[in-house]
Amino acid sequence: MPLTDTQRLLTPKAAPLSDFARLMRRMHIDGPLLGGLLLVSGFGLFILYSAVGESNRLLMNQVVRLSVAFAAMLIVAQMSPDFLRRWTPWGYLAGLLLLVLVLTWGEVGHGARRWLDLGIRFQPSEVMKLAVPMMAAWFLHDRHIPPRLGHLLIIAVMIVVPTVLIAQQPDLGTALLIAASGIIVVVLAGMSFRVMVGMGLLAVPGALLLWNFMKDYQKQRVLTLLDPDSDPLGAGYNIIQSKIAIGSGGLFGKGWTNGSQAHLEFLPERDTDFIFAVLGEEFGLFGVLTILALYMFVIGRGLYIAVQAHDTYSRLLAGSISLTFLVYVFVNTAMVTGLIPVVGVPLPLVSFGGTSMVTLMAGFGILMSIHSHRKLLPH
Amino acid sequence: MTRGAETKQKTARRFVGRVTLVLAFFSLVAASLVARAVHLQVLDKDFLNQQADTRHLRTEEISAHRGTITDRNGEPLAISTPVDSVWANPKVFAPAVDSVPELAGILGVDPQMLMGRVTRSMDKEFLYLKRHLNPAQAQQVLALKLPGINVKREYRRYYPASEVTGHLVGFTNIDDEGQEGLELAFNHWLAGESGAKRVLKDRLGRSIENVESISPPHHGKDLQASIDLRLQYLAYRTLKSAIKSHDARSGSIVVLDVKTGEVLAMVNQPTYNPNDRSQFAAERYRNRAITDIFEPGSSIKPLVVAAALESGQYRPSSIVDTAPGYVTVGPKTIEDSRNLGRISLTTILARSSNVGVTMLAMNLQADQLWDTMTQFGLGSLTTSGFPGESAGMLTHFSHWQPISQATLAYGYGVSVTPLQLAQAYSAIGADGNMRPVSLVALDRPNDAERVITKDTAVAVRRMLEEVVRPGGTGTKASVDGYRIAGKTGTAWKFASGGYSQDKYISIFAGLAPASDPRLATVVVIDEPSGELYYGSDVAAPVFADVMSESLRLLAVPPDAMPARDAGSVMQARTIRTTSQ
Repeated sequence: MPLTDTQRLLTPKAAPLSDFARLMRRMHIDGPLLGGLLLVSGFGLFILYSAVGESNRLLMNQVVRLSVAFAAMLIVAQMSPDFLRRWTPWGYLAGLLLLVLVLTWGEVGHGARRWLDLGIRFQPSEVMKLAVPMMAAWFLHDRHIPPRLGHLLIIAVMIVVPTVLIAQQPDLGTALLIAASGIIVVVLAGMSFRVMVGMGLLAVPGALLLWNFMKDYQKQRVLTLLDPDSDPLGAGYNIIQSKIAIGSGGLFGKGWTNGSQAHLEFLPERDTDFIFAVLGEEFGLFGVLTILALYMFVIGRGLYIAVQAHDTYSRLLAGSISLTFLVYVFVNTAMVTGLIPVVGVPLPLVSFGGTSMVTLMAGFGILMSIHSHRKLLPH
Repeated sequence: MTRGAETKQKTARRFVGRVTLVLAFFSLVAASLVARAVHLQVLDKDFLNQQADTRHLRTEEISAHRGTITDRNGEPLAISTPVDSVWANPKVFAPAVDSVPELAGILGVDPQMLMGRVTRSMDKEFLYLKRHLNPAQAQQVLALKLPGINVKREYRRYYPASEVTGHLVGFTNIDDEGQEGLELAFNHWLAGESGAKRVLKDRLGRSIENVESISPPHHGKDLQASIDLRLQYLAYRTLKSAIKSHDARSGSIVVLDVKTGEVLAMVNQPTYNPNDRSQFAAERYRNRAITDIFEPGSSIKPLVVAAALESGQYRPSSIVDTAPGYVTVGPKTIEDSRNLGRISLTTILARSSNVGVTMLAMNLQADQLWDTMTQFGLGSLTTSGFPGESAGMLTHFSHWQPISQATLAYGYGVSVTPLQLAQAYSAIGADGNMRPVSLVALDRPNDAERVITKDTAVAVRRMLEEVVRPGGTGTKASVDGYRIAGKTGTAWKFASGGYSQDKYISIFAGLAPASDPRLATVVVIDEPSGELYYGSDVAAPVFADVMSESLRLLAVPPDAMPARDAGSVMQARTIRTTSQ
């Protein structure tokens, strides 16, 4: 395939590869991405150790989960983007089927039906986190770019159906994130600004509609954000304690394992959703900037991979995966710092817990696959 | 270039544009997060830090250790042991209310009652669940890690000598404040002052670590009581067996150090164990030796005789004609048990002649008699400082009828406490100098006040020795090896409507050794209900028992050759064996 000027422009000349780089390439591993991910999860383990009360047992749990997730990443990285694209519709349909199954057969826990036990216990919504952007990218792969309105409507259906199914569980947070990952694909595909503005305008009545569908606890979260001090011992408790934790950390923090809010048990969910507050308290602004920089590096590398990708599917998917990761990071940190309402989104790679981590790393596996399966230009 | 390639080129260009757009958005997001972090961690830092401190830091009281009370030789009478009190903040505890049965198990209380108390106090922030738990149990409670359950260090009083010193030492309440006795009288001295410290607390209100000391506790100061625990035990044991064998209602013994005015022993029956609060009843914990008054009967006569000698009208050998064995004053006839005829002042005391002493008193000016009695401390509080002390009763002479002056002479119409009587006798023992009594050990004796001349004091003592010698009424008070000076008394009890004919108080008040008195002791037995009720039969032997042991314990040199008077020694021995 002849290369365009743009591609020449965007594709750096393949430098002579060292033995190590050749090995990495053969294993379909992207060095910078892997390095960034290892740094984030390493720092994460450090914080987690403090957050779980210096328990070696819990720390080892997390190490095992991380290992499994990294393994999943490496396995996915071996699959070529073409292979992934061919199987995308089937994966998407299987995901939808699982979502229907979970609503009828799923296990009930904490008032929600999210888990399915088919030999292994898992949340079908996790599958959709990757399946929805893949499906949108697949649909746009050999269609006109930017997408036409009709195509946009079809993609909208592809996004809305799983979103509604997940919202039924109910798991509003995940549903919105999955919708976001699909919308990102469309935006990257070059959806016209007019449509975007139109959607933005639709968002207002949409938000009002959403408000009506929201459960009381969800409404409460939104109201709490607007005025956390209205119920300091109830709904506002988490956010107040978390802001205090972060703020009292100051520039350099109170020191590792010395966070009083965290260790005196004032801070709720400190090893899961609110672990960012532990970081803020113990490592201060310095720690916060460090972890944000690491995240930005990983996301930046993901976007670089997207720009370097050779086909539409790969490009859109890589962009969506990277930006969805950004959304995760933003939603969690913004929630913990009190910028947005409390949604149950963990801080990726740092929070205690395993299910979402595997999905996340599988996504990075796709990025690695996209980058390492390119046919590089000869000199 | 093919059309497809053009499209692809366009697509790629457009994608770069989109990525740039996204990157701008991305930077915006990153910037907002960083701005937020800076806002919280730099601008709001101080406020949020202070918020954190108000959540973690609390000021806690450090209980001060209450001073120890010891006897004059350093034997402990009241000591404080650390205990832990468990309290709850019911508001915080509410979510963990399911664990009440477990908690009740450790605290040893009824689960339902505990549940009831907690639920009734839901609007409060402090509720004692159980006071004064031993520290090991308190640790078990803390190990449950229940929210809102805390432990406070306190001190509990323990009284090693229990009943023996119960009345004198008194007791504290559960908050470690003195309620009776020395514990109350010297509360400020003993109590000390609580300190304060800043502590780090977790969400459940548990103290995690001490951050700093705000003010150290000022521990209470120790108090050395004047009593000698050995004498106290002795007096206690002797009184208890006497009360039992005479089936008496109550009784007291006071032993004073004549040289210093210190109380060496002070016991009462019935008594109570201050370590066992279920025994607390006013009737039991009253220190009768200080709070209860009685009519002294014949035991007042030495004071009247002293007044007579002081007046200059009489000498010990002066003769008073008591024939025909009675004398009429106003409407009342005062009798002796038999007609003693013409007798000396010494015999008046030795035979306890009511007629003789009445005639002495009637010959004195009222103010003179009143003055002497007042100087002996009758009708006014002693310097013991003991809570609830009674001043006794001595009517002012301006209100006296002739009959009052007469009955006063043999101890009616006047009331004293055992301590007051002992104090008056101690003045006779100290050659006429009265020293203020003290319940606290003294470095040096308090200044004395002269009550009567030395000659009078010595003379009265000589006369009182005759009481104990054969022919006197107090022979059962004699002690081997020591000269004893003392006086018996048997007073009818005044009940509603008049003097009861079958209820008595038996008294013996005395000094030993008579040549140079060291101890002044008063024994009062209230309502002995056996066949014996005279002071000479009931109180005198108790006196002898207490004195013989006490003098030896204090290593007071004997002043009488043993068995100088075989008869009295034999008698004393017999009494001692029968009274035990």
